Amino acid sequence: MHSKQSKWLWAAAIFVYGFLYVPLIIVVAYSFNDSKLNAEWVGFTFKWYGLLIHNEQMLVAARNSLIIAVVTSFCATVLGTLAGLAMHKYKLRVLPILVLTPIAIPEILMGVALLIFFVMLNMTLGMVSVTLAHIAFCIGFVAIVVRSRLQGMDEALVEAARDLGATPIQAFRLVTMPLIMPGIIAGALMAFTLSIDDFVITFFTAGAGASTLPLQIYSMIRIAVTPEVNAISTLLMLLTLTLILIASKVAPSALRAK
Amino acid sequence: MAKNKSLGRWLISGPPLLYLLIFFAIPTLIMAFAAFRFPGDYGGLLPLIDINPDTGKNELLIHAGNWQEYLTFENFSRFFEDSIYVELFIKSFWYAGITTLVCLLMAYPLAWLIARSPKKYRDLLILLVILPFWSNFLIRVYAWMIILGPQGYFAMTINQGLALLGIAPIQLMYSHFAVIVVLVYVHLPFMVLPLYANLEKHDVALLDAAQDLGASGWQRFWKITWPLSLPGVWAGSALVFIPALGMFAVPDLLGGTDGMMIGNLIKQQFLDSRDWPFGSVLSIMLTLAVLMMAGLGMLIGRGKQRNAL
Repeated sequence: MHSKQSKWLWAAAIFVYGFLYVPLIIVVAYSFNDSKLNAEWVGFTFKWYGLLIHNEQMLVAARNSLIIAVVTSFCATVLGTLAGLAMHKYKLRVLPILVLTPIAIPEILMGVALLIFFVMLNMTLGMVSVTLAHIAFCIGFVAIVVRSRLQGMDEALVEAARDLGATPIQAFRLVTMPLIMPGIIAGALMAFTLSIDDFVITFFTAGAGASTLPLQIYSMIRIAVTPEVNAISTLLMLLTLTLILIASKVAPSALRAK
Repeated sequence: MAKNKSLGRWLISGPPLLYLLIFFAIPTLIMAFAAFRFPGDYGGLLPLIDINPDTGKNELLIHAGNWQEYLTFENFSRFFEDSIYVELFIKSFWYAGITTLVCLLMAYPLAWLIARSPKKYRDLLILLVILPFWSNFLIRVYAWMIILGPQGYFAMTINQGLALLGIAPIQLMYSHFAVIVVLVYVHLPFMVLPLYANLEKHDVALLDAAQDLGASGWQRFWKITWPLSLPGVWAGSALVFIPALGMFAVPDLLGGTDGMMIGNLIKQQFLDSRDWPFGSVLSIMLTLAVLMMAGLGMLIGRGKQRNAL
């Protein structure tokens, strides 16, 4: 009975993993295909990567994306952790609404609202407006991760520390903080990815001032499907893969469930 | 002591509160207000403040006598007068709903399996779910453009199979099917993660106890695991349904003319026809729709949880 059940589960799981990975493997494979079309396999080549290195627009976009993601990740982690703590500790009314609605509404709404806002302020759309927008939508994600970590924490641990004579600050620093650290790190990683990945809000707030990798890829695949896109996609995947591996080395606990 | 407490409270909650007020609440209110305004001569909004040619200073143009020249309900009546807008909303709900359901069906067994596998493998298995999510959103869409494209092996194989059965070839790209497959693909991890986080916390002793008392596998799932997992189900459903509802890139790239969703129309109003007031009306309607769904989901979720206890 039990083994039959798990056989079905494993089949379902393998199907889902296949569903998740096969498309990406196809993208990578075609980036080495010596043909302009993503169809028949002709032969192995690196030429699409060669084309990329000389693509000035792409390099600028990559640099912009990285800068925005780093700044966003840092600011959103600080603000999001504070928000998570505040929501866990205090009975607040306004903050939870402000933190959770940006997540609870489709991205496009925030994109157009910020577009109107920045234009009204006569702000030139570009790197700054994009970063400000990214921070705003990342705060909530960090706050949720941190808060759920706090909720999963055994309150008795803090109480025990207090009983043993720890001040509230000591109890926070020595008990709460280490326990929620994986949540904070996970939140930071999440903010970084969300930022570098973001297309919709960037699309509305970037104007002509700043191109990011997603915007660049979008304009490319709208016109034609070329192996050059496969090449930049493969490189981007490699970058994020490396980042996760580094993150899991720096903070193994962030990726460990408990 | 009490003073300290409220100071701490402000120090902790103040910064995020201020940031979100400026970069979320105020822009949203401005957008809501924009829905009642007129479009400007060159797109955007008809300005309420402009330079007075006589004095050379910025002045508020609107006052009690002429407000009707600046504020209107016309944008809203336009939405309800033409049924295509409401139909587009219904179609988008349909897309997002199917996407959520398919995600749930695919994510649940996987999340359950990961939560029940030996502790040392869990990280790896969940990491394998997150990894594709770490690759860029547009890359994931693009991957399916290759697969579903007429020259792709997948589309060709399917059409060869159909040809053997004597059925005319079908186009996979630019169809409802393409939109839903890709919506599922890009949102699936959002469903797996909350489900896993929930299922992982379940006390296995409960299932063992139920088994000892003679409950079958199905009973154990339906009476224990499923009700306990509902918070995860609702969280995952919200995380999938809501972004899917407002999606514009996927229908834009894969949906063709027939696959348009609300998001596409909003984008059109803001960036192409530059009718900001009507774009704002559409955005407000989308917000209301989302709030309604979220409220409904919360009510059902809470009710079911209570019944389970």
